[in-house]
Amino acid sequence: MELMKPQVIERAALEETETAVLATGVEVWYGPARSVHGIDLRIPVRRVTAFIGPSGCGKSTLLRCFNRMNDLIPDCRVKGRIEVHGKDIHAPETALEDLRREVGMVFQKSNPFSKSIYDNVAYGPRVHGQSERQQLDGIVETCLKRVALWDEVKDRLKSSALDLSGGQQQRLCIARALAVGPTVLLMDEPASALDPRSTSRIEDLITELRDLYTIVIVTHNMQQAARVSDYTAFLYEGNLIEFNETRRLFTKPEHAQTNDYITGRFG
Amino acid sequence: MSARTPHPVKGRSGSRDSVPVMVTGLGLVLILLMLLLVLWLILSRGLAAFWPQRLERFELKDGTVLLGEIWERLETPEGGRLRLRVGNRELTGQDIILLDQSEIAAITRPRDAVLVERNENGVFLGWLDGLSGPGVEIQGDSPRLRRQLDLAVERVGELDEQLLREQERARRLSLKRGRWEEELERRQASPAGVAALQEKLDASALRLSGLERSLDSLRAAANLWTLRLNTADGSQSDLPLLQVVRWVPTNELGMLGRLRLYGRRFWGFLTEDPRESNTAGGIWPAMFGTVLMVLLMSLAAAPLGVMTAVYLHDYARQGLVVRLIRLSVNNLAGVPSIVFGIFGLGFFIYFTGGTLDAAFFPERLPEPTFGTGGILWASLTLALLTLPVVVVATLEGLGAVSRTTRMAALALGATRWQMIRQVVLPNAMPGILTGLILAVSRAAGEVAPLMITGVVKLAPSLALDGDAPFLHLDRKFMHLGFHIYDLGFQSPNVEAAKPMLFGTALLLIGIVLLLNLTAILLRNHLRKRYKQAAF
Repeated sequence: MELMKPQVIERAALEETETAVLATGVEVWYGPARSVHGIDLRIPVRRVTAFIGPSGCGKSTLLRCFNRMNDLIPDCRVKGRIEVHGKDIHAPETALEDLRREVGMVFQKSNPFSKSIYDNVAYGPRVHGQSERQQLDGIVETCLKRVALWDEVKDRLKSSALDLSGGQQQRLCIARALAVGPTVLLMDEPASALDPRSTSRIEDLITELRDLYTIVIVTHNMQQAARVSDYTAFLYEGNLIEFNETRRLFTKPEHAQTNDYITGRFG
Repeated sequence: MSARTPHPVKGRSGSRDSVPVMVTGLGLVLILLMLLLVLWLILSRGLAAFWPQRLERFELKDGTVLLGEIWERLETPEGGRLRLRVGNRELTGQDIILLDQSEIAAITRPRDAVLVERNENGVFLGWLDGLSGPGVEIQGDSPRLRRQLDLAVERVGELDEQLLREQERARRLSLKRGRWEEELERRQASPAGVAALQEKLDASALRLSGLERSLDSLRAAANLWTLRLNTADGSQSDLPLLQVVRWVPTNELGMLGRLRLYGRRFWGFLTEDPRESNTAGGIWPAMFGTVLMVLLMSLAAAPLGVMTAVYLHDYARQGLVVRLIRLSVNNLAGVPSIVFGIFGLGFFIYFTGGTLDAAFFPERLPEPTFGTGGILWASLTLALLTLPVVVVATLEGLGAVSRTTRMAALALGATRWQMIRQVVLPNAMPGILTGLILAVSRAAGEVAPLMITGVVKLAPSLALDGDAPFLHLDRKFMHLGFHIYDLGFQSPNVEAAKPMLFGTALLLIGIVLLLNLTAILLRNHLRKRYKQAAF
């Protein structure tokens, strides 16, 4: 298994941008089973990076390492070093709450709280001590505008978030994640539960947000990865097989496995 | 918590499934019949308990004449018997009798017969024959007598109320004097203020004797009034008017009059104190005790249960220990309630109460303050009893809050406690309330553990009143469930207590229903507010 692990190729283009997330030798164990096998990866600032690969390849697990959501899973251990903007996220002086404020997350299933639309977006800032009404109003408006939901909901901010459609709920969840002011946004298959129209809105949104945030997106959908991402990482059985500019990875993959996957021979 | 529940596949008629359908259906029918029977019994008897019956005059073949209400018709091979209430207990010794139909020569319904409700010896049935009081002396039944009687009953009622008020003032004054005397004793060592205190005491002693004199004169004034009645067998009886609660010419009342009387009796049942070892009067103290006890129980059980469930569900490391604890909690709900009662007696009353007495009330020993049954200990015992229900329901409520919702809060940088308090608990509230509903229903109907932790047949005063510190947690209390047991099995006059018994049962069911209904409405309201994501 170790022998099969290919060299990660670092392109010249990659070197140009700053590093948002740097992973070195990251391994994830679930009890006695290893699901991520020592991955080295550099995620550039203010770009969209996509993780693709067949089910169970460890892409979501790897994503969850970046905001330490794996801590919540009993018997799950993460080894190796992960830095976000140069800071070791496992260092004892890094507060978990601050890390998650820095690294936001959007989940596969939209999961708004059963509160009003306003309270959903304001939840994060409130948790972090913001209680001034005017400030909160501003944050809510900015974030809802950023996800292009403001015009749809501005007249009913007090109504339940659960009355929104599935696509609107997911955009609300993105707005909620943005409200605490993260620099990195992790998206775990954010559109897989949505219909095509809502999916394309989310994709447009990702394209718009890439100027402001470092986005890491896990997706099953290769067309989606090709459409929205600047860089793509292909993972297979817990190994990083290939990491490259999206354009290159999809046109000229350097590994036979990548080629097989993107042409649909397996996965 | 999805609204979509799978529909069972229905067997078509004629399929081989028809036997199981019949067997399971039979079970349902049996249960429904039993429930309907219980409800019908309690509703019909409970609602009929205060209905004014007609007074009938019975001439027996042996020449005896009786006046009574027919309470029940019993079928026997000899042609039936009647259960009659003939009242006048002080004259005949028995106010409820059985009469063979075959003994009866004639039944008439005399229009002018009256029923007198009294404070003592049950009702009196007979005919009005005279009224005497200050400035009034009337012989024989007449409209004038009836008018004067109404006025006199009102007048004596006022005197009685005044009497009660004065008694209450005297009681409070002696209570205060007791405290002053204690203080005086303590101050003997340091003479500062002794003189002032002694002065206060002397003044209050004067006031007290004044109060007692006015009590005596009130009593004397009320005792001047007497009502003369004839009984069916022709003898005469003089009743002090102070004993008379109300008099009713039952046979002259139309439907409206009977309804009004019914309403007044029912209102009295709800709001008055019991009389004559609980067989008459009202059940207000029992109702009050039940509700207060349930409230105190909820105050103890709800926070403790929710805290336990939150720890078990969200903080404890899931494993064998937690599984064992959950199992034990589930089984604790099945422990017989009397066992909880005995635990309450041993732990709360003897140990905790005894320790409190030794530490804070040593001057009253050996008279116990907290070292004896009381509403606090009974409530805590019932809280223990209902805690498993609250814990299990809360655990279910917490489990119903989806993992993704919890993750969302944590991913925003919320601490675990923030997540629980702001996201999980509001969502779990319907489940928690369900648990509390079950706990309240169980506690309101529980009797066995209360019998050894503080319930009494007749409590001299409510646990909540105007005397500082207002809420007297050490007091004994009355309870509707125990009241039913007392009326049905401990009463000196079980037959006379029957209407009270069914009325009390009806009321207890009503209170439980009301408590449940409130909680269910609250839960549905919250469910609407905290509905789970549909996607």
